[in-house]
Amino acid sequence: MPIKKVMKANEAAAWAAKLAKPKVIAAFPITPSTLVPEKISEFIADGELDAEFIKVESEHSAISACVGASAAGVRTFTATASQGLALMHEILFIAAGMRLPIVIAVGNRSLSAPINIWNDWQDSISERDTGWIQFYAENNQEALDLIIAAYKAAEDERVLLPAMVGFDAFILTHTVEPVEIPDQEVVDEFLGEYVPKHAYVDPKRPITQGSLGFPAHYMETRYKVWEAMENAREVIKEVFDKFEKTFGRRYHIIEEYKTDDAEIVLVTMGSLAGTVKEFVDKKREEGVKIGAAKITVYRPFPIEEIRALAKKTKVLALLEKDISFSVGGAVFADTSRALINEKEKPIILDFILGLGGRDVTFQNLEEVVDIAKKALEEGVKEEVYWIGLRKEIL
Amino acid sequence: MAVRKPPITTREYWAPGHAACAGCGCAIALKLATKAFSEAMEEKYGDPNAFAIAQATGCMEVVSAVFPYTAWKVPWVHVAFENAAAAASGIDAAWKKLGYKGKILAIGGDGGTADIGIQALSGMLERWHNVVYLMYDNEAYMNTGIQRSSSTPYGAWTTTSPPGKYSIGEDKPKKWVALIAAAHQIPYAATASIGNPFDFVKKMKKAAKVDGPAFVQVHCTCPTGWKSPLEKSVEIARLAIETGIWPLFEIENGDFHNIKIQSPGGGAKVKREGGKVVAIEFKKPVEEYLKLQGRFKHLFKQPEAIQVMKEQIKAMWKVLGVDVILP
Repeated sequence: MPIKKVMKANEAAAWAAKLAKPKVIAAFPITPSTLVPEKISEFIADGELDAEFIKVESEHSAISACVGASAAGVRTFTATASQGLALMHEILFIAAGMRLPIVIAVGNRSLSAPINIWNDWQDSISERDTGWIQFYAENNQEALDLIIAAYKAAEDERVLLPAMVGFDAFILTHTVEPVEIPDQEVVDEFLGEYVPKHAYVDPKRPITQGSLGFPAHYMETRYKVWEAMENAREVIKEVFDKFEKTFGRRYHIIEEYKTDDAEIVLVTMGSLAGTVKEFVDKKREEGVKIGAAKITVYRPFPIEEIRALAKKTKVLALLEKDISFSVGGAVFADTSRALINEKEKPIILDFILGLGGRDVTFQNLEEVVDIAKKALEEGVKEEVYWIGLRKEIL
Repeated sequence: MAVRKPPITTREYWAPGHAACAGCGCAIALKLATKAFSEAMEEKYGDPNAFAIAQATGCMEVVSAVFPYTAWKVPWVHVAFENAAAAASGIDAAWKKLGYKGKILAIGGDGGTADIGIQALSGMLERWHNVVYLMYDNEAYMNTGIQRSSSTPYGAWTTTSPPGKYSIGEDKPKKWVALIAAAHQIPYAATASIGNPFDFVKKMKKAAKVDGPAFVQVHCTCPTGWKSPLEKSVEIARLAIETGIWPLFEIENGDFHNIKIQSPGGGAKVKREGGKVVAIEFKKPVEEYLKLQGRFKHLFKQPEAIQVMKEQIKAMWKVLGVDVILP
């Protein structure tokens, strides 16, 4: 029987890793993710997890060691955040290009400067073009579940791409919640053993991995990553279906909340979705036709799901904790791309908020709704709205 | 009729057809290193193929694995420039879990090892992975077109250390990574040279057979970057040993008090005390080594620079505990 324990998202991630039984883990401490490798060290010390834990000297080597181990054909795991993920950047492309289904738990944290250890999504959002599948968890249960789902999707032969699962720094990484831990046998059955046909380092079957691709071949390798990411759309749906049948919890690429008659839909990711759903309930009581949508799978970007959502509403308000300078929110840009050729589309508004651990309050969300209402009547006034900005200290 | 046993296995792991330049000393090093590894694995595990390679980006990587071809008859993984040691760590860990017997050979050039890869190298050595790291040292970033690295010797021309009105060429002494590796107190660290292939093979075998990490820094002529005659690659490397430029040594378990120094040959007089080499009087002048290479051509117009180089060579030997006299 599955048991429930009260734990932080970091511990949930470590539990997920333990349940997935990676043979090699390589990690480096970084706030707010440090508890993940700490907890894994305890599992190994207590004989509860049989894995090689490489205590590397940097995140660059963490991901490099994972690439080496994954190229050798074993399941691997690492955890990081912020500067650590940025330091991995170069190798993230390589992991995807070599088609190695490594899984990273990311405690979503801002990037320097100024140095700041608190939550936003700039770290993993900035890795959106590396060829990694990206999941964002709303709570600690999702952190655990999505890591297991990530392995299932990443290792599928139609995909074979690495995956990262993001969960918000401190809001989730350091906050305890009850989390249901599935039975090991059920996870074993769900995931199966990872025995890749394309990646092994076996003296009996010598192969060359990591070749030089000349212009005659390089572009096709990029296309194959594109194709794999396209395949991931369907595979993730299958994984979520199977996940529900196996563990009883339902996940959606985009989870819609009270959207059916909504004139305004607040679209967001991660733990902010919880706040937004509660806010929607409050506004519904006041008679405002408002809904919410949570993007659980950001890569592959849910183009069809965004189009379906757009058909239901008059305003899509993107609430994001990241910024692409001179453009706006990355999710806003992707959403716009999904709708660009649609004949009819809602107003799309770009809200930047909650950077570097700035709290997102109901007051902030009221402001968002006011702007959205005005946009319906008077049109869009600004390209990007910065919400919760302390203008008095600028 | 008696057939003489070849001095090294005829098995080939580095196939002909790779795209290295004519006269490439690094290609010679890789051919010998893999043969030596194979013999060591056969002697240790009864399986000549019980090894795999993790290689850094660099000359020997780009010439050997142009998709869809490969020069490698051994499992081979290339990831990036600075992380061969980290990738090797991952393969080593995976092999432990898979129950494979054998050893991982990590390979990097001097840039990939002495500069951008030194952190990953230090981590791999310190964590005691079952990996031999082979640094093929051609003393500059040759793959990108001859830029100086921290392993470029004093006085050498490179495209980023050109001699000029205010420059004598490279103005820093060479950094000896073998000493840095040895300071990790690993079981085995050594320098070698393609100028002494028997010594190199012996050292590679020794490195491959130790339990835990080992490091070998092999001096490899680069005719393209050194501007030297193609047919003189081995001769030039040998002259580096004979003139005192390139010391051959072994350090076991970080014991700097008992560095094993190999005799340089070339008529040099070696003085030993209690079995240890304490002094060497070289007979061949460093000029014999320098004059065969275009990269040092300008030094002959600045004899004071050659004097500086000689003082640096003496200082380097002093670190090894050897007093040297240079002609």
